[in-house]
Amino acid sequence: MGPLPPLVRPRRASLSQARDRAIIGEMAVASMVRAYFDNNANTPVLPEILEDMLPALQGAVGNASSIHQLGQAAKAAVEQARAAVAELIGASPTEVVFTSGGTESDNLAIRGVVGEWRRRNASAPLPHLITSKIEHHAVLNVFEDLERAGYPVTYLPVNDGGRVGPAELAAALRPDTALISVMMANNETGVVQPVEELGAIARAAKVAFHVDAVQAVGRTPVRVKEIGSDLLSLSGHKIHASMGIGALYVGRRTQLRAQQLGGHHERDRRAGTENVPGIMSLGAAAKLAQANGAAEAARLAELRDRMEAGLVAAIPDCGVVGAGQPRVANTSNMYFDGIEGEALVIALDLHGFCVSTGAACSSGAIEPSHVLLAMGMSRRRARSCLRFSLGRQNTADEVERLLQTLPGLVERLRRLAPADASALVRSA
Amino acid sequence: MSDAPIAVAMSGGVDSSTVAAILHAEGIPIVGLTMQLWNQRRLAGAPGMGESRTGRCCSLDDVHDARRVAERLGIPYYVVNYEERFERDVVRTFVDQYLAGRTPIPCSLCNTAVKFDQLLITARQIGAEKVATGHYARVRVNSDTGVYELWRGVDEGKDQTFFLWGLTQEQLSRAVFPLGEMRKPAVRARATELGLAVADKPDSNEICFVPGNDYAAFLKAYAAEQGMPLPDTSGELVTGDGRSLGSHGGIHRFTVGQRKGLGLATQPGGGGTALYVINIDAATRQVRVGEEAELHARELTGSDCHWISGEPAGAAVRVEARIRNRHVPAPAWAEPLAGRRLRVCFDEPQRAVTPGQSVVLYQGEKVLGGAWIDSRA
Repeated sequence: MGPLPPLVRPRRASLSQARDRAIIGEMAVASMVRAYFDNNANTPVLPEILEDMLPALQGAVGNASSIHQLGQAAKAAVEQARAAVAELIGASPTEVVFTSGGTESDNLAIRGVVGEWRRRNASAPLPHLITSKIEHHAVLNVFEDLERAGYPVTYLPVNDGGRVGPAELAAALRPDTALISVMMANNETGVVQPVEELGAIARAAKVAFHVDAVQAVGRTPVRVKEIGSDLLSLSGHKIHASMGIGALYVGRRTQLRAQQLGGHHERDRRAGTENVPGIMSLGAAAKLAQANGAAEAARLAELRDRMEAGLVAAIPDCGVVGAGQPRVANTSNMYFDGIEGEALVIALDLHGFCVSTGAACSSGAIEPSHVLLAMGMSRRRARSCLRFSLGRQNTADEVERLLQTLPGLVERLRRLAPADASALVRSA
Repeated sequence: MSDAPIAVAMSGGVDSSTVAAILHAEGIPIVGLTMQLWNQRRLAGAPGMGESRTGRCCSLDDVHDARRVAERLGIPYYVVNYEERFERDVVRTFVDQYLAGRTPIPCSLCNTAVKFDQLLITARQIGAEKVATGHYARVRVNSDTGVYELWRGVDEGKDQTFFLWGLTQEQLSRAVFPLGEMRKPAVRARATELGLAVADKPDSNEICFVPGNDYAAFLKAYAAEQGMPLPDTSGELVTGDGRSLGSHGGIHRFTVGQRKGLGLATQPGGGGTALYVINIDAATRQVRVGEEAELHARELTGSDCHWISGEPAGAAVRVEARIRNRHVPAPAWAEPLAGRRLRVCFDEPQRAVTPGQSVVLYQGEKVLGGAWIDSRA
């Protein structure tokens, strides 16, 4: 054996260089100015909303159940916020129940209606329930749990545009149907469901109607009376309020059984000390949405249209999911044939852009989005989809930067992707 | 790309965590990637599969550990999901091989098909040019030929080249093995010095997706989950001269050289000599047993031969050949045959040549190549 050949060593960068480079390589610069396009997962608390809730965190209020003046201050703040939320959705304040967020609201609505129905019809067979195939897991998993417990459940299909058809709902109704739950705006595609038509069918059949409006409230007008919904879920952290706060609209005549017991909070519909800072932030966010939600939606629609047109023009074999359907202004779901969405999300993150593949909950899971599959999309294309969701802090400048960055990344991913993954498997 | 980052495959164990910390300390831009390969919840609860999902590859605990290391280093870190690829190329092959009476090595398959294929693809897609792992092995460029060569790690007890012989030149050229020059105690010391919480984490030795190394239970649970009943591979235990010693429950329960669990109370003839599995015949489903001396063989043939550090010049090559991970490489002649087949002839007979395992060829510290063992001759 001759002398040892030199070792392969990774190229060495100086420590000072490394310090300048907070993240990696040339991507560091981009990461300093991060653009957040994942507002359907979470929105940043806006400064004016933070200002509203801060006193509650700093001792200005007590427990809303207390007799003393700090307790009264808390109670007043909660009721003020309740009025603001009620006004945003066209309800009366007594119809608004504060919860810990969208998931709890959905659980309370579905289990609360079903539980009360059972209490009143203890000897009857388990009633029939209807939902759709494209619901958020906060709804879907509750129905699947009820199904395992013996409830017959119908999951309504959607068309290739991602919409539930009123005719399908009418056909699915049974004399023993006790609850219909259909979302308003889909969290992955932004496609808005025909909730008014669905609500009319539910009302005619005298069946309770729950609407998961977590991604709709604050982004498009939501009026519970026009929808004809008996229950409607909303969440704070999708509209620039803090995490951990949400609300459920419960119509005056809706029969609901509390799912969480304790004190007499929220008129016996949801026990537990009120999250006063959270509630104050939700109230402030509701006021903001009420004041200029329409103008903001118009601005976001313009940004989104610019983004979609720019990407479709610059990138071959990509397109908009749910194009031509009614959509909330902030959400765009796009496919990029031939790539894995997961890798593109990472590449974008390393270049300073926060986006997601479908719903945050399904990232890391192996199954492609149930929403996209329900729309008839192939598994392969569904796995190539990215969701861009805009918010108040996003600017035209950020969209332009995305347009300059994304086409190159998609090109690189496609160039380095195996033409056919199976061709790469060694005979080993 | 001069400043292209290196992707570090981070399992959450001490080796790969230390790799990340070492490269980071050298000022090399890195990005941490943890491969999610197998959902431990899938077969949990099935007989022999256990309920616990902790302490194994891809468990939430391991991801948590890797994430904490990345946080501490302040590097970008992601979990990437290759469950589909892993199941197709590693788990399925593992199952098929066992049912064919062979004893597979999933770690080798994982290296060639997942770690240095799919992970390398993702790494390059996101802007990295190389993948670093915690393997105890070295890569050198032959200055005369420009060929990338695989060399044993300096820690002989930890050397992992046995599992790496399948890498291509392209894969080797993009592999970084910082631990190849280190011994395990030094790695742990370095991890402690760098303040890594995983410094004292025990080594994992079992196959990551088979809890407790209970292959038979895994095969049964996996087949049940897939809705395909396990093919009946039960048959007879026979001696070398064809005498039946009774029946067995399936060839996948046996491996060459196995002594325990044969279900034989005594040696026929009452000699009291221990019996070993000598050969497994998938076609007749016969498991042949015999005395230890019969386990030894001078020759083996293999397939899919791969010369990792470059094709050999002559017809037969003088080598030291290793037939198990902890087997001391034994002097032999290796002769390439047509169709990427290989014949290895040992100077001295070797114990338990096992179909499905690898034969890996060395010249001193250099790995020449390897093949999958088909049969003893």
